[in-house]
Amino acid sequence: MPKLTINGREVEVDAGLTVLQACEQIGIEIPRFCFHERLSIAGNCRMCLVEMERAPKPVASCAMPVADGMVIRTDSDKVRQMRKGVMEFLLINHPLDCPICDQGGECDLQDQAMAYGMDRGRYHENKRAVKDKYLGPLVKTEMTRCIHCTRCIRFITEVAGVPELGATARGENTEVGTYVEKALTSELSGNIIDLCPVGALTNRPFAFSARSWELRKTESIDAMDAVGSNIRIDSRGTEVMRIMPRLNEDVNEEWLGDRSRFACDGLKRQRLDRPYVRRDGKLRPASWAEAFAAIKEKVGPAEGSAMAVIAGDQADCESMTALKDLFSKVGVTSFDCRQDGAALDPSCRAGYLFNTTIAGIEEADACLLIGTNPRLEAPVLNARIRKRYQMGRFPIAAVGPAADLTYRYDHLGDDPTVLRQIADGSHDFAKVLKDAARPMLILGQGALTRPDGAAILALARQIAEATGMVGDGWNGFNVLHTAAARVGGLDLGFVPGEGGRDTAAILDGAGKGEVSLVYLLDADGIDMDRLGGAFVVYQGHHGDAGAHRADVILPGAAYTEKDATYVNTEGRAQRAQRAVFPPGEAREDWAVVRALSEALGHKLPYDTLAQLRARMGEVAPHLVEAVDEVTAAPWGDFGTAGDIDPAPLASPITNYYMTDPISRASPTMAECTATFLGGEQARTGTDG
Amino acid sequence: MSEQTDAGAVEQPATFAFTEETRKAAEAVCAKYPADRQDSAVMPLLDLAQRQNDGWLPRAAMDYVAEYLDMPAIQVYEVATFYTMYNLKPVGKHHVQVCTNLPCWLRGSDAVMKACSKNLGVGKGQTTEDGMFTLSEVECLGACVNAPMMQIGDDYYEDLDADSTARILDELKAGDTPKTGSQAGRTSSEPAGGLTSLTDLGSSAKGGDA
Repeated sequence: MPKLTINGREVEVDAGLTVLQACEQIGIEIPRFCFHERLSIAGNCRMCLVEMERAPKPVASCAMPVADGMVIRTDSDKVRQMRKGVMEFLLINHPLDCPICDQGGECDLQDQAMAYGMDRGRYHENKRAVKDKYLGPLVKTEMTRCIHCTRCIRFITEVAGVPELGATARGENTEVGTYVEKALTSELSGNIIDLCPVGALTNRPFAFSARSWELRKTESIDAMDAVGSNIRIDSRGTEVMRIMPRLNEDVNEEWLGDRSRFACDGLKRQRLDRPYVRRDGKLRPASWAEAFAAIKEKVGPAEGSAMAVIAGDQADCESMTALKDLFSKVGVTSFDCRQDGAALDPSCRAGYLFNTTIAGIEEADACLLIGTNPRLEAPVLNARIRKRYQMGRFPIAAVGPAADLTYRYDHLGDDPTVLRQIADGSHDFAKVLKDAARPMLILGQGALTRPDGAAILALARQIAEATGMVGDGWNGFNVLHTAAARVGGLDLGFVPGEGGRDTAAILDGAGKGEVSLVYLLDADGIDMDRLGGAFVVYQGHHGDAGAHRADVILPGAAYTEKDATYVNTEGRAQRAQRAVFPPGEAREDWAVVRALSEALGHKLPYDTLAQLRARMGEVAPHLVEAVDEVTAAPWGDFGTAGDIDPAPLASPITNYYMTDPISRASPTMAECTATFLGGEQARTGTDG
Repeated sequence: MSEQTDAGAVEQPATFAFTEETRKAAEAVCAKYPADRQDSAVMPLLDLAQRQNDGWLPRAAMDYVAEYLDMPAIQVYEVATFYTMYNLKPVGKHHVQVCTNLPCWLRGSDAVMKACSKNLGVGKGQTTEDGMFTLSEVECLGACVNAPMMQIGDDYYEDLDADSTARILDELKAGDTPKTGSQAGRTSSEPAGGLTSLTDLGSSAKGGDA
């Protein structure tokens, strides 16, 4: 390990680090704009200049690898002068419009100008002006403010894998943009807003609505997909103003998908803010007592076998625990948390988890995608696959939809019968998997929600076993979920008990009149027409499909409004925290269930969240004891061998921007849908 | 807004494709680079496209080159807008490019530029009405030893003054081919007053065209 002297201190750091990183390790802050740990080194902002002994000129510390015997100074007068000079040059063409700039208060340029710059400008000539670019409905531009750090270009090209941004022209005329006007087609485009060190790229839906210092920041977990991205919810009063990613190396690094970031304006619309009871065919506002009474009237006389409970995609573990406890007391065994009918086998945990873990993708050396489009189903996870792909020697093949996944892969067609050839080793790619030391496969919900889902699951297990994916310290079998509630529900056993019905059977039974009461917890993804004449209780937060069909509506809380546990696709339990209160009379979901239990005369034995969590720990200990961790699941037998239909595999997601009640209520997501899927009507003359 | 990025204002042809001849030349260029480094051919290919298209590069041509090399279009735009030798707007038959960088300027490029303007009746960046001449101001073309200089089409004209500049333009107007290189009568970049060293090698050395 090279030894170097920084400011008279001798330090030993890992080879391959840059001088800037070495300084950081011993707590010396080096100002920078273009350097970013997760992007390639550009070295073009010059802010990180330091003095190096025996070098004739100052060196850019971000681009200078450490070497033995280097003598670096970062605190000399000369360095201070250089920083001042660079800062002055950067500010020559940067407008002094901080009071009307959305970046104000969280601007690197502003902060560093304060810390390292001069207290006045000496530039009196005209500043340059740059025409604004249109980058789509999510990213707002003010390109006059751009300092050409090229972070956005490097992110879009390297991490997002959608090379659409570039720096055109040269010298003073350099402009960052798409050259040909177009909206960025990446599902990760929002991240360039975070990366931009100035106010050139800002959050368009959030524009001019708040200052960063007015916002209350709550660290929480995203529930818009099954990745469980770590987020920070910025709220003011009762409103969620914006959502930003939070660092978690094991999950989302520091990225966030566009739906997770921008769908938050859907939290203010279509909300269920009071209970409703259907009378004379119409939903009418009611009190909590009236709503509970209406449910009691139906639950009281009903047989346990005539009732069923379905949990939707954003249900939290606490409310599922309480709901299962309550309805078990009245003899119900028909529970299901798989509203899409996915053939997931709850008996073996390894059979429904992303066992490799998201960070583990970086260690894999071959990958097979089955019936999934990870770019749409989990863009942040897809970025991790791309990251591994860019390291090289990572053959990828896909059986399923032929989509642009931002990396090259071998498309083996969309006919699932080809999996048989891979399982029996007669396919070319079977050899690739066998030769790999750490092969992995990713099984998507598109493959599991088919009638032959259980057979595909069994076949995938067979492939995993035949190609050596499961072994000492490595499990390459992965199920990619799309619902934040799914793994938690399966862990809690929110599946049919003895004699119970699964989602398909519940719908059948309701249609035939055998199921007289269906309780939907946040479940909007089922075909409501098939519920027949059943009495439907809908507990949820948005007036979506479930609420329209409901006979009683119990207003619950969205994921930003409750302290709740979500388990991501890896099986990592994470705690979401309440940022704002639910609107009106709506309450946290577990509390609604607890109150209902009392009204039904089957009082649940927990009065506080802590007590409920203790109960949850009895059902699934890792949800309480191993929060934020992944516990490896033992391999076992799952899936049911059977015939496979050669019908093409498809991804369950066709419109990334609208997948759940929140994003369907979001005007921003509606605009994205129009822009990216709706063709020409997307823009009008008054836009941008 | 810069000249380079304002190309949207120009009427753009809808399509572009290499002719058979250009395609052959393009294949010869691509053959110089390894199979996984074909992006390197972007600059010569853009030049071929520009030559085929009367001296300017429409957007369709940039897209065509991007597709030809299987590289992101934005990277081709970046290259094409960076180098001033790629013209993103139509130019006249003779593209008169006068260098005004420091060495040329010290040796009188102002007079050359003025002579061009006067002779052609157009200013910098403009094209004559008959579409024969476009006058451009360019950065250093690397012929400082014989400053001031200008480039017309593919040829360099050096050691210029107002008179020689006007003469060259007149000859071009008349359809003649003016003498290229130094207009002051020296061979390549020899000292203006004749050789001062290695003078006796002139007779014994073979080769050279002096």
